[in-house]
Amino acid sequence: MKRYAAFLIVALSAALAAASPARAQSDEGVSRSHAWVTATVKGEGQPKGYVQYQNYCSMCHGEGGGKPGTLALQAKYKGQLPALLEKRTDLTPQLIKMYVRNGISVMPIFRKTEISDADLDAICAYLTRNNPK
Amino acid sequence: MRVPPGVRPADFADAVKQFEAAIGKEWVFTADEDVDLYRDSYSPFWHEIEEPIPSGAVAPESAEQVQAVVKIANQHKIPLWTISTGKNLGYGGSAPLLGGSVVLDLKRMNRVIEVNDKNHYALVEPGVSYFDLYRHIKERGLKVWIDPPDPGWGSPVGNSLERGGGYTPMRDHFDCHCGMEVVLANGDLVRTGMGALPNAKTWQQYKYGFGPYVDGIFSQSNFGVVTKMGFWLFPEPDAFLTGIVSVPKHDDLHRLVEIFATLINSNTVQATTTVVSPLSFSRDPELVALRAKGSIADLEDYAARKNIGYWSVSLPFYGAPKVIAAQWEYARDLFAAAIPGARFQDGPSYRFPLDADQLAKITNPVPFGVPSLQTFSVGGPRSQGHMWFSPIIPMTGDAVLEAQQVFDQVHKDLGDPGGSGSASFPIWSFFARAFVIIYFFPIEHDVEKNRRNREIFRRLVKTSAERGWGEYRTHTAFMGDISDAYSFNNHALRRLHESIKDALDPNGILAAGKCGIWPKSMRQERA
Repeated sequence: MKRYAAFLIVALSAALAAASPARAQSDEGVSRSHAWVTATVKGEGQPKGYVQYQNYCSMCHGEGGGKPGTLALQAKYKGQLPALLEKRTDLTPQLIKMYVRNGISVMPIFRKTEISDADLDAICAYLTRNNPK
Repeated sequence: MRVPPGVRPADFADAVKQFEAAIGKEWVFTADEDVDLYRDSYSPFWHEIEEPIPSGAVAPESAEQVQAVVKIANQHKIPLWTISTGKNLGYGGSAPLLGGSVVLDLKRMNRVIEVNDKNHYALVEPGVSYFDLYRHIKERGLKVWIDPPDPGWGSPVGNSLERGGGYTPMRDHFDCHCGMEVVLANGDLVRTGMGALPNAKTWQQYKYGFGPYVDGIFSQSNFGVVTKMGFWLFPEPDAFLTGIVSVPKHDDLHRLVEIFATLINSNTVQATTTVVSPLSFSRDPELVALRAKGSIADLEDYAARKNIGYWSVSLPFYGAPKVIAAQWEYARDLFAAAIPGARFQDGPSYRFPLDADQLAKITNPVPFGVPSLQTFSVGGPRSQGHMWFSPIIPMTGDAVLEAQQVFDQVHKDLGDPGGSGSASFPIWSFFARAFVIIYFFPIEHDVEKNRRNREIFRRLVKTSAERGWGEYRTHTAFMGDISDAYSFNNHALRRLHESIKDALDPNGILAAGKCGIWPKSMRQERA
């Protein structure tokens, strides 16, 4: 995990970065990257857990086409709740950890060598950052 | 604490202490809540007593640590099961075949050691995912492509050792590897091919080195732990185009496949595609009724009226624009000369590199060397997981028709999952010269359904063997069944595998049971 953290470098790759303002980070800190694979990013100016979320979750739970987690939640909630996890305001760390460590539907279990407890705590912090206090 | 089979608790406790000393306490997992994370999320035995649960897991971060772990395991006769990124879902995931094994989790070995975009190769560790390697390449602006399989979270090392495939001209992953580093069961470290020459300059450029070429024995096997692997990469092509060929009659299939085989075997078409019957997709009630009735003449008539082909294939071409245009023209000439009524359509075409907007609009970026997980959104949300039945069939019209018949029956036996009334017909050219069928079996957290589906799967293995079809890869649950099918000369191949196993791993600590290869001590029990 430490070695992986060393891969987090500053610049977004020109090949991947969507330069237009519509793709920039919103005030909410939600990544509007539609990219299939987000470049490794530095966490400066981003909420805690944003980097981990991009690296480990966004391929399924990001925005844009072909994100199966978001699509599945769209089918499940039918608009009652945001399909995009980053926009939820009602998630709890217990719930997030349950899904990550147990899987659900085609989402498999994630081991500690993939997402460490520390990373998972950070992801929980990110996904609960907009919960009512 | 769970204990591996055949190991005394005191010996296991001792081994665990030694593992901890070798790689650090935090990377040795024995608590249930940590070890349960290694279950196969798509297990066909979920909740059943047969589901193989590990007794522990160890996660080294270097080849030296792997050597230490293997030596300790050998000393105590601890059965290990190696995973790379552990995402072999549909084929066993991160779980061992033998319950109670200790999983050797190589995810922390995630260094991209080198990517060279002048000679177009990479050298990586097992824990590197396709996502990792893609990021590495993009961030350095290197003009090479990787060849991802459908889900990008897997490992080039793990996937290639399983002999998986992708979509670009580098689609045969094992074929495209070049050089390995392997830790043997006795802890010895070997480099194959040119890697056996110290300071070799061509370890990732020339596959064979000198003397017997041993790389193959480490694929789909339990003869060693691969700790580094080289891969040839595709120089970023200039362009891509798809040419779609449709033919009107049922019997046109034979000439269609013959010409397709010529194009594939002459390297005119070098990528993965699928032969489909457009008539099997639609849920138009008229068509559903005609399919049920089974009259070929009626179906041909329907196809003509609706202006769709009876059979169709999309030919992918990668390369320089003038070259691929000429190759597509050549293909059209061949089909037109052989099949009256053959129709052609230009499909999507691109110039590379794609910009972010173009990439965002592509439904499936995997054939352009971009890893993703979009494959999980195909077919809509599912209740649980899947496993794959994947026989190799000849590249002939006869074989395709025979397969259609067999899988239509299986589809009925499975209760028509997806509700389309017919099999989805997955005939693919992942590997040169033969077709492979990648057939989807649903997995659910339902013991009765899983039991029934396992029986259908097993019957299918036997039926396929009778027809001369062997599977290219399978879930750990069926490795014994499929190994049994490869029985020429009283299972001579398995006896050869067992000889190698006994020589390289006499204590049988590596991946017991993988592809039907059991250590000597467990073989006697099974005799």
